[in-house]
Amino acid sequence: MKAARSKLIVLAVLAASLGVSLISPRLDPYFLDVILGIGINIILAVSLNLINGHTGQFSLGHAGFMAVGAYLSAALTSFLAPKLLGAVPGTVALQSFFFAALLAGGLGAALAGLLVGIPSLRLRGDYLAIVTLGFGEIIRVILQNMESVGGASGLHNIPQLTSFFWTFGLAGIAVYVIVSLVNSTYGRGFIAVRDDEVAAAAMGINPTRYKVTAFVLGAFWAGIAGGLYAHLKSSLNPTGFDFMRSIEIVVMVILGGMGNTPGVIIAAVLLTLLPVGLRELPTLTFSLAGKPIDLVWKELQMVIYALFIIAMMLLRPQGLFTWAPRKKAGE
Amino acid sequence: MSAPLLRLERCTIRFGGLTALADLDLAIGAGELVGLIGPNGAGKTTAFNLITGVYQPTEGRITFDNESIVDRRPHQITAHGIARTFQNIRLFASLSVFDNVRTAFQLRARSGIGHALWRGKAFRDEERGIARQVMEFLDLFHLSQHHDAPAKSLPYGDQRRLEIVRALATRPKLLLLDEPAAGMNPTEKIELMRLIQFVQDKYHLAVLLVEHDMQVVMGICQRIAVLDHGVKIAEGTPPEVRRNPKVIEAYLGEEQKP
Amino acid sequence: MTEAIQQLVNGLSLGSIYALIALGYTMVYGVLRFINFAHGDVFMLGAFAGLFLYPLAGRQPSIGGAVLILVLAMAICAAIGILIERLAYRPLRERPRLNVLITAIGVSLLIEYGGQHQAVLGKNPRTFPDLLPSTNFSVGGAVFGSHQLIVLGLTLLLLVALRFIVLKTRIGMAMRAVSFNPQAAALMGVNINVVISFTFGLGSALAAAGGILYAMNYPSIEPLMGVMPGLKAFVAAVLGGIGSLPGAALGGLVLGLIETLIKSTRWSNYADAVAFAVLILILLFRPAGLLGKTEVEKV
Repeated sequence: MKAARSKLIVLAVLAASLGVSLISPRLDPYFLDVILGIGINIILAVSLNLINGHTGQFSLGHAGFMAVGAYLSAALTSFLAPKLLGAVPGTVALQSFFFAALLAGGLGAALAGLLVGIPSLRLRGDYLAIVTLGFGEIIRVILQNMESVGGASGLHNIPQLTSFFWTFGLAGIAVYVIVSLVNSTYGRGFIAVRDDEVAAAAMGINPTRYKVTAFVLGAFWAGIAGGLYAHLKSSLNPTGFDFMRSIEIVVMVILGGMGNTPGVIIAAVLLTLLPVGLRELPTLTFSLAGKPIDLVWKELQMVIYALFIIAMMLLRPQGLFTWAPRKKAGE
Repeated sequence: MSAPLLRLERCTIRFGGLTALADLDLAIGAGELVGLIGPNGAGKTTAFNLITGVYQPTEGRITFDNESIVDRRPHQITAHGIARTFQNIRLFASLSVFDNVRTAFQLRARSGIGHALWRGKAFRDEERGIARQVMEFLDLFHLSQHHDAPAKSLPYGDQRRLEIVRALATRPKLLLLDEPAAGMNPTEKIELMRLIQFVQDKYHLAVLLVEHDMQVVMGICQRIAVLDHGVKIAEGTPPEVRRNPKVIEAYLGEEQKP
Repeated sequence: MTEAIQQLVNGLSLGSIYALIALGYTMVYGVLRFINFAHGDVFMLGAFAGLFLYPLAGRQPSIGGAVLILVLAMAICAAIGILIERLAYRPLRERPRLNVLITAIGVSLLIEYGGQHQAVLGKNPRTFPDLLPSTNFSVGGAVFGSHQLIVLGLTLLLLVALRFIVLKTRIGMAMRAVSFNPQAAALMGVNINVVISFTFGLGSALAAAGGILYAMNYPSIEPLMGVMPGLKAFVAAVLGGIGSLPGAALGGLVLGLIETLIKSTRWSNYADAVAFAVLILILLFRPAGLLGKTEVEKV
């Protein structure tokens, strides 16, 4: 019953996304840009949550996987599509090609995830964090030096194919995939590996395979999100996928509560809106030792992230949106 | 007599300059309940870690079910039929009592990622079957009323018992129990020992029991091996071991220490 | 040959700075088993402390003035390091190590981006003043800056001082005891909190010295300047074997040499990625590092 229902929900999400997609050209472009950004961030946060939250492998390289997906799919639609589909492709051909390009981007990122997953087998928490950070930086430096995709000046004029349908349809599927996976006998293994690797192995769980699976699957969805991002913004720059981008996604997972999918989704929505909200706030001017100081809120975004991280770890490490202490034994 | 289920032959393990176990020979037959005792630091837990693949022997052979299990990884050894508990309880803290036991079924489940995503009939049937079996295991140890509670919220004694249920759920041929009675009062200890005998009998299990407390082990083990400073100093039936002067010395020696 | 000697000196002087920062990572890891992510930012604060203290040195660059600035900057950063541990890390000491690491990332971001605000340090790079007159001289065709030699000399001096503190003083002995076994050290009457504070102070002071030396050679300083040297120094600590003081020094020098070597080839654009590649390779093939010992996890 429950299984059938969750599949129905995914279908409903797909249908609703298609419906909204039809009216979306009439929406304010800035508004639409923000909304699609929310969908992309949901995919990023939920997929990082599989690695960091459920499996407990603290990764700081999610932006790197995103970059692989973004560049790969953008290269396909920018360079290959005109050759294959001609100058004026039909809608169906173009949309199918876009979908295939997104998948290719996801698979490319998954391959990168496999490469990161392999060293992760031997590393414990803090080391892994730095290694994934390093992987992300390596990917960025490579992209910066790849002239075929624009090098340091970036890749521009990517066709704007990201629609409401693709963004929220894929976000719905991503959430479904990760929730279904974790809520199965197989998927409980991810959490077992996080809680206690030695005990998990004693239960016959292969920690290596679970960790690599988490990395590959998480990276795949980060790649998909990257593809959507590329075809939303229509230009890419390697510096857009630096360590800070990874941190933004990490903050979503920490704020939502590691391993808590609904919480992470809420956090993704709120944190996408945060910079939008900060931009709206008026600049405060005050004087410090006789010098006038402008307090521009949107410049404080990273400071706010930093304070979030510290405050969460000190006060509420389980995340903002993890309620309900589960029933205690004997109650 | 047929070949024993588990056989350690001249197993030695060294960490740097320290020899934690030296030339250990040990055999356990199918369905046998063997005790492994010795003072603190004698190498009992090291022997467990050796058998379960957490450590590899520096020298020596380990065979289980007529196959060498040296160089196998811990999860492969569990799949092969050896399950264990830990001296310092290692439950999955964020999982419920039910899910702690459920993790054991991953080993034999036919459903993988694809099934979990598609959620077809075969998957749902299997998950229902697993849920039923988990509850049966929990019933056995009177833990089913707490199935929804976080494992860490159980009282101490129940946590120890849950760890045993979880190990049993992997359907082992050999169960290694590392001080299962630690921290229990005498009544609880007796109850636990009865329970161990009961499951041993019910599943026709071989059990290797590490216990610090000699009195507890004497009561239920058919055979006892005694370790001291990484060396097996005695082996035999409980009365034989009790009379062995080396054993008495090892234990008295320990008690005399401050 | 001349070219090789030139690169060797360049590499060693860059490596010395990595070594100074790496020592802080390794010492903190030794006593707390945790990576102090904000350590690179203390290095940056060291450079800024030097900048702000400069007027104290008088009008003319002098050795006395430079030493005064160096010592004061080291003292200020030691205090900052102790404060960071006290406020952000100590409350989390009993929590999972990962939580402390995440907090450290938060602290690091706060210093970097808080520092970027115009009311604090500001975003724009500032020019670090000449603490000492710099001269270039050539030996057999290779040109060296006097600053490079100062870096090498001062690093050597600090390493000797550190070695003395760790091996010959009571607090150094306590540090080693805590690093070997915190519980046993506590039972033996070692005040763990004092040792941890001291370790943070000492590591931060070395990072501050590194910051000033770095700024003397690359005199444009800004709040994000600590990020890359910090990460690279961490790599150096792992390369040498985290927890090992000689390892950190060796790792720093080796990494400095590798980086300088890469920069002299046509792969120079990849110099920043090389450190991470070294990290991944070392963790795959020799996780204990060049001079470290492998730890066996207790079960």
